[in-house]
Amino acid sequence: MSIIEVTDLTKYYGKARGIVNVSFEVEEGEIFGFIGPNGAGKSTTIRLLLSLIHPSSGSAKVFGKDVTAHGPEIRRDIGYLPSEVYYYEGMKVIDLLKYSASFFDCDCTQRMHQLADTMELSLNRRINDLSYGNKKKVGIVQGLLHSPKLLFLDEPTAGLDPLMQRKFFDLIRAENARGVTVFFSSHILGEVQRLCTRVGIIREGSIAEISDIRTLQQNNYKKIGITAAGLDAASFDLPGMTNIQPENSTLHFFFKGDINVVLEKISTIQVTDVTIEEPTLEEIFMHYYE
Amino acid sequence: MNTNIYRHEFRTHLKSVLTWSMAVTGILFVYFSFFSVFADQAALMNEMLENFPQEFRAAFGLDNMDLSSVLGYFSFVFLFAQLCLAIQAGNYGFGLVSIEESELTADFLLSKPVSRAQVLTSKLLAALTGLILTNLVVWVASFLAISLFRGEREYEARVLILLLLSMVIFQFFFLSVGLVISLLVKRVRNVTPYALGLGFGTYVLGAFSGMLGDVKLELITPFKHFDAAAIVKQGAYDTALVLLNVAVSLLALGLSYWLYLRRDIPAVS
Repeated sequence: MSIIEVTDLTKYYGKARGIVNVSFEVEEGEIFGFIGPNGAGKSTTIRLLLSLIHPSSGSAKVFGKDVTAHGPEIRRDIGYLPSEVYYYEGMKVIDLLKYSASFFDCDCTQRMHQLADTMELSLNRRINDLSYGNKKKVGIVQGLLHSPKLLFLDEPTAGLDPLMQRKFFDLIRAENARGVTVFFSSHILGEVQRLCTRVGIIREGSIAEISDIRTLQQNNYKKIGITAAGLDAASFDLPGMTNIQPENSTLHFFFKGDINVVLEKISTIQVTDVTIEEPTLEEIFMHYYE
Repeated sequence: MNTNIYRHEFRTHLKSVLTWSMAVTGILFVYFSFFSVFADQAALMNEMLENFPQEFRAAFGLDNMDLSSVLGYFSFVFLFAQLCLAIQAGNYGFGLVSIEESELTADFLLSKPVSRAQVLTSKLLAALTGLILTNLVVWVASFLAISLFRGEREYEARVLILLLLSMVIFQFFFLSVGLVISLLVKRVRNVTPYALGLGFGTYVLGAFSGMLGDVKLELITPFKHFDAAAIVKQGAYDTALVLLNVAVSLLALGLSYWLYLRRDIPAVS
């Protein structure tokens, strides 16, 4: 079953573009990565799904229900960690978490303490006194407190040190293993690569590509480097070559297509070195932005 | 209504309710402590007032007041209490949803399983509770101040009750109008200037209305809808103006719901 179904979703803020004709689906139990640079429309999409903002056109369903019509009902099973967390000043962490828990039919006290322990968050401090990273932890505990079935994480790792990031990822993986679907928005590809099964790339408000993270890495592109005496880019001209960078007698490029074509071509020349690698997601990503 | 939100909101108002209640009580007592002096020297006082320009007297509503009577004097003091109450209610109205948005807690609240209507209703009721508490304190303070300082002078309790009853409708106007303005402008970053603007603005309009004798201005300012001096003089409300006041408040409230249900909650920028 699709947990999230987005169909031609469009949002304009007055004349400013938010997102345009975005369509995708997120299946139950997957960790869906949503990547794009700042301002691409990641937060807009999440805010639409939470009905914090209303679509200009198109529709979105969560748990099979329309988000505009059934918002409160849907949000019962959603956990949300916003990219910027600011909570009621003057409140203690524990009071905020209790306030948050009071909206759900659950006795979350035990889980609250567990989560706070895992994230090394002290519950008796005032939120005002917390550092950015610690506020982020409050956000994480707050988002997971009520054991939601669907998690929206909007650039969740900003402000967390690497150790905490790892703990956080372990936490998310554990939730996912329990069957929780995760929508993970980020502009850091490394973390998406580590965590997600499928990824959607958003660019200037439109979806550029949705694919399996492995497919994206393996089947599509190879990063090839050839070193040969007197090699020039013009002599090496095959369909499917992109991002060609000649460097002295070495030629770097991305190749998409039948790899045998490249191998045949290589066999006709006298090479000193050949490398064929998987491009990192980072490189694929940059590629989408050219 | 959602009791969690109501309780949370009420708690955030509590300190301000105390402050405003104390402020209005202070004004009532300080002014009323001078009452016997004013009343004893009523003839002198009225003679002195005669020397002020008519416009000045009108601006403070002094042309309709008999400062030597308990209620006449009270209506003079009441104007200042009204100004405070207007600013308080305006503050709550402007801040009702805008504070959450400027402090970015709106995302926290609205991603919970509650509808916008529930959020707004709970917040409104919490603010109203705060205002009613303030009202109660002012009721007690008014009766106390009068009984302490009136001396042998008699007054009509019915008219005093009429004046005190007007406060809640008067504040409701500023609450709902403040709310609707906060939803109409793009973003309220700081509530206080708006509340002061609305409070003093309508007060000054009321004063001008007195100075110029212009009927039209009376229509738009609650300070004229509930003109204390006039109520004391007539012993009754001006029904048409009160109805107008209530109508504007309800209209603002209805429009607020309509706007809030359709509102795009601004993100960090």
